[in-house]
Amino acid sequence: MIVFRDVEKRFGEKEVLRGFSLEVRDGETMVIIGHSGSGKSVALKHVVGLLQPDAGEVDVDGDVVHLLDRDALRVLRSRIGFVFQFAALFDSMSVRENLALGLHRQRLDARTIDDRVREALALVDLEGAEGKYPAELSGGMRKRVGLARAIALRPQYLLYDEPTTGLDPVTSAVINQLMVRTREKLGVTGIVVTHDMTSAYTVGDRIAMLYRGQVRQVGTVAQIQQTHDPIVRQFIEGRPDGAAAFDAASAEGSV
Amino acid sequence: MYRQLTVRVAGGIEALGRWGHFLADVGRSLRDVDTWGPLTAVQMRRIGVQSLPIALFISVFTGIVLALLSSYSFTGAVPLYFVGTFVGKAMMLELAPVLVGLALAGRVGANIAAELGTMRVTEQVDALETLAFNPYAYLAVPRVLAATWMFPAVVAMAIAVGIVSGWVTAINLLDLSSPDFIKGLRLFYQFKDIWFGLLKSMSFGLVIALIGCYKGLYTQGGAEGVGRQTTAAVVLSAEMILVLDAFWAVVLL
Repeated sequence: MIVFRDVEKRFGEKEVLRGFSLEVRDGETMVIIGHSGSGKSVALKHVVGLLQPDAGEVDVDGDVVHLLDRDALRVLRSRIGFVFQFAALFDSMSVRENLALGLHRQRLDARTIDDRVREALALVDLEGAEGKYPAELSGGMRKRVGLARAIALRPQYLLYDEPTTGLDPVTSAVINQLMVRTREKLGVTGIVVTHDMTSAYTVGDRIAMLYRGQVRQVGTVAQIQQTHDPIVRQFIEGRPDGAAAFDAASAEGSV
Repeated sequence: MYRQLTVRVAGGIEALGRWGHFLADVGRSLRDVDTWGPLTAVQMRRIGVQSLPIALFISVFTGIVLALLSSYSFTGAVPLYFVGTFVGKAMMLELAPVLVGLALAGRVGANIAAELGTMRVTEQVDALETLAFNPYAYLAVPRVLAATWMFPAVVAMAIAVGIVSGWVTAINLLDLSSPDFIKGLRLFYQFKDIWFGLLKSMSFGLVIALIGCYKGLYTQGGAEGVGRQTTAAVVLSAEMILVLDAFWAVVLL
């Protein structure tokens, strides 16, 4: 279980998270939605210790992430797969090497690594792409390799940072399908950060809206779809006018 | 005015703190031999072997100029075989370490800062961390160790090539015989001449790699940030080479 408790985070003058609290239960996929610059990715990076909170804490299975020493943090990270917004593939390595790097770190033997790489690439429908380099891949393929790199580690948790941003609708649907398939096959707990509502409805069990650094509303997909909260309503319907319009404009691109 | 000064002082203290943090992280990462060990050999080839052409190019022409300049300066006043002395001393003590150091501040320092800076802004450094790697052990330590060990090797070859180049110039253009050139070369030679130059170049390698890694790993702001940090790495490295050059001269000569 992943628990955010009153997390506060500030970058200079800008307060991004202001007492952000959320509980992600084992086995579920929690989708965090919110405007661009609202701090969704910042919240996600706290789970793997890429960022430390100014106040509050993030617990993963009872461990307070920012209090873990280097070795304990390494063990925690080996249980969490992170899919980056722009894939963050290592440019100088082939697809196979990108996938194998984390597996080498787990000290697996060469045969197991080969099997894991093949399985992960098959799961994202990229068999035969082992020898390609990131520069030779399309945006959608890069995201799939990023997902394959995360799932090759057989993680307990999978964190997705804007998995469909910048993709065409068909490729977005493919990525959504892969996320659902990954969860069904591997049974992982997931957190998906997105502002793509189609993706949120497709992959999420529950949805939380992050607004002004706090959770505005959290509920099942059906509950969110039927919400009467004007801020959440405006966001999920994508209306330019309404209570949140001014804040959205001011937050755009700030984090 | 007062506020600007306060902001600058606070910024300076913050930068010093970040440097301290960075050096401590690099130092602690030395324990992670499994990570940096295999990567150091790769960096030694990239930083050392691939820097040889530019280092040797510099030393060939420096040797030629030194021989001709010394001959021009000594004419009529100092015996010509002192050309050998001057070429040898200048190459070993100063010109090979400093000129090669400045050239490699550009080649190696810029390369490290740009590569790590690009990795930082494209979240590849974050990706390394999420794969349970220590980025200091994976990225910084191999480069720092490789530069520290390979700079003296490159400079040693530059010294040798520079002296040979000065010698060839002297016997072809200055009517100086080989025995006379070698007599001059050996005249005031001390073993310290060699280790002084190599120690200096070792410190240059260490500092250039540390600055490149620091600037790269603390890059923010996309392509513009990478450009800014790369430039800053080269400028700071060049300045530090000159400061260290003076420091070693004061301390050891």
